[in-house]
Amino acid sequence: MKDLTINDLTVGESALVLKINCEGAMKRRLIDMGITPGVKVLLHKIAPLGDPLELKLRGYLLSIRRSEAKNIYIKKESKL
Amino acid sequence: MISVVLAGNPNCGKTTLFNALTGSNQYVGNWAGVTVEKKTGKTKDGKFNIVDLPGIYSLSPYSMEEVVSRDYIIKEKPQAIINIIDGTNIERNLYLSVQLVELGIPMVLVINMMDDVKAQGTKIDTCYLSKLMGIPIVPISARKGDNINEVMRQIEYVVNNNIIPPEINFDVNTQNTLNSIFFVIYNENRNIPYSFYSSKVLEGDERVINELNLSEDELERVNLIAKKYEETSQYGDRETMLADARYRFIEDVTRKCVVKGKSDDKLTTSDKIDLIVTNKFLALPIFLLIMLSIFSLTFGTVGTFFSDLIENFLSNILSPAVESFLNNIDSPQWTSSLLINGVINGVGGVLTFLPQISILFFCLSILEDSGYMARAAFITDRFLRKLGLSGKSFIPMIMGFGCTTPAVMATRTQENINERRMTILLIPFMSCGAKLPIYALFAGVFFAAHQGLIVFSMYIIGFVLAIIAGLVLKKTYFKTNRAPFIMELPAYRLPLVSSVLKNTWDKCKGFLVKAGTIIFAMSIIIWILQSFTPSLSYTSDSSTSLFAYLGGLIAPIFKPLGFGNWKAGVSLLSGLVAKEAVVSTMLVLYSAANEAALSGAIMQVFTPLSAFSFMVFCLLYMPCISAFVTIKKESGSIKWALASAAMQCTIAYVASLLVYQIGSLFV
Repeated sequence: MKDLTINDLTVGESALVLKINCEGAMKRRLIDMGITPGVKVLLHKIAPLGDPLELKLRGYLLSIRRSEAKNIYIKKESKL
Repeated sequence: MISVVLAGNPNCGKTTLFNALTGSNQYVGNWAGVTVEKKTGKTKDGKFNIVDLPGIYSLSPYSMEEVVSRDYIIKEKPQAIINIIDGTNIERNLYLSVQLVELGIPMVLVINMMDDVKAQGTKIDTCYLSKLMGIPIVPISARKGDNINEVMRQIEYVVNNNIIPPEINFDVNTQNTLNSIFFVIYNENRNIPYSFYSSKVLEGDERVINELNLSEDELERVNLIAKKYEETSQYGDRETMLADARYRFIEDVTRKCVVKGKSDDKLTTSDKIDLIVTNKFLALPIFLLIMLSIFSLTFGTVGTFFSDLIENFLSNILSPAVESFLNNIDSPQWTSSLLINGVINGVGGVLTFLPQISILFFCLSILEDSGYMARAAFITDRFLRKLGLSGKSFIPMIMGFGCTTPAVMATRTQENINERRMTILLIPFMSCGAKLPIYALFAGVFFAAHQGLIVFSMYIIGFVLAIIAGLVLKKTYFKTNRAPFIMELPAYRLPLVSSVLKNTWDKCKGFLVKAGTIIFAMSIIIWILQSFTPSLSYTSDSSTSLFAYLGGLIAPIFKPLGFGNWKAGVSLLSGLVAKEAVVSTMLVLYSAANEAALSGAIMQVFTPLSAFSFMVFCLLYMPCISAFVTIKKESGSIKWALASAAMQCTIAYVASLLVYQIGSLFV
């Protein structure tokens, strides 16, 4: 089965983060902002031009690009 | 005096607290070696000196702000840390707190926005939280000024009693791993905060590892410990695991101390605003409307009104007054020329930007403080990314159509220095308002039938070349610039009038200081060039001046572009002072009483093709001195200002050359 990433979510859908699959500054920034394994993330909105995304996690809103989102592997909540 | 640092996330009310604590006793400068703003201030009672650290989310080695902050705390050893956090977003905000604790410095945790927390019906048990973390906690509302005095009282208490925060209790595995690292790096000669260094070494932080200068053997032991740690988790990397351990600690304490009023699913006021403002269909129109209003307010009637007021005062009141005063005391002609043509015209010409700068920054401060700026970046990021920029570059670029100087200053909102430099390099391509009179003159004379179209084409040429330059820079110099776009969208808040005004004033002050120093010096140099002959005797006839001489020298360079006469050369040179000066210099050089007379004169010298070539050159060649100085300041070094100037001049030359040479084949 193909690994799901945040890019596979539809607006309003939430998921649990499994793994952050990138290195260096990008990975560090993502985990510093609270995207750690096990955290619940909701895709809150997509920008009018289709990118970036707006996520809701740990009670706040975070915007990341699809190029970053593709590195965040998730497990959809409904399939738990 | 007790030295204190103020640390906290962006958007948590840090600046508001800093202003409340220090009032007007502030000094704004830069951190050594970097263009991150550094603010320091004394409290009103004179007991504390507070350094405002940049707004940061973590103490990682990857961002300039974070490195500056941690280096400052470790090297300068302030006596205490005030860590301010946003009570409405406590989980993410505490992530910085648990790292600051490691630095082993007395600390007070200030929970801000308590009024919003109450309004949401959320309850924070600050006593229990204080007990769990071992740090005094002060709940405040910085906006309302509630409980601010208590912050300093607590700081005095922790400093006097030297209360160092206890270490955070992570899970057993993480705790044991950190202990093992501590035993490796411990050395009685090293006087460092070991908790901080242990966790950084575990994270694999290269800056810290290099600084400790660990031996081969020690490094190997560290790697072994880290490897063993990684094997205990399926996520399998130490950096993530430590961050996870920190967040788990935070989840644990917030579960015990925070009772959320509303469930996360319920819409807050901020969410409701966002439903409209970042709506799929409304977002762009609303954004453009806001941009248009700011633009027209700044560069339209209001801004122009005040600019004209200043200009009128300078040229109709101040200059004649100075002149008559100097005449009365029989001073030599050159003094009045120096004061009036050099200083008042030079510095004064730049001062006319002041109203526009203050209006622009007033508007930008409102956008920033209200939380809209992050949304603007969110909306526009997509098309700017292709140029190696991000959503945050949009506003400065748009402002570039008004005036390059404030536009370059507006890049302050971009934290990433490479992105900021890239934006700064591209702003001069946006044709600034001062170039419009040049286009109007030439288009009116040579392209009367298609005047609007020709002027519009200038803007389009600038825009297209900006895109090309952006793509080239992205593929070459800024190739390694892969700044991730990971941005918090803060909740909307009503901006505080006092903080907006303060921010506007700070920007204006910076500009005034610049006008008073560098631009003052530059104006005198230009005046000397205009007023002395090559044999260094004073002249009031500009055609015999050093300027004319230089114009004559450079004229042949412009021959292939179609305007190889010294008068055009001199006009371009004086355009370096201000682009408005291109037309006014031509008026002087052609001894034309008004623009109608000038039209007749340039008709003799230029052809439609060379006029177009001249317009293209004016569009693209290096920006005026005021912009040049601002670019130097905001990009962090003269190197960037020179690079920008060289790039603009080269592109201008090549573009005009192509226009004239290719055009000549057809005309």
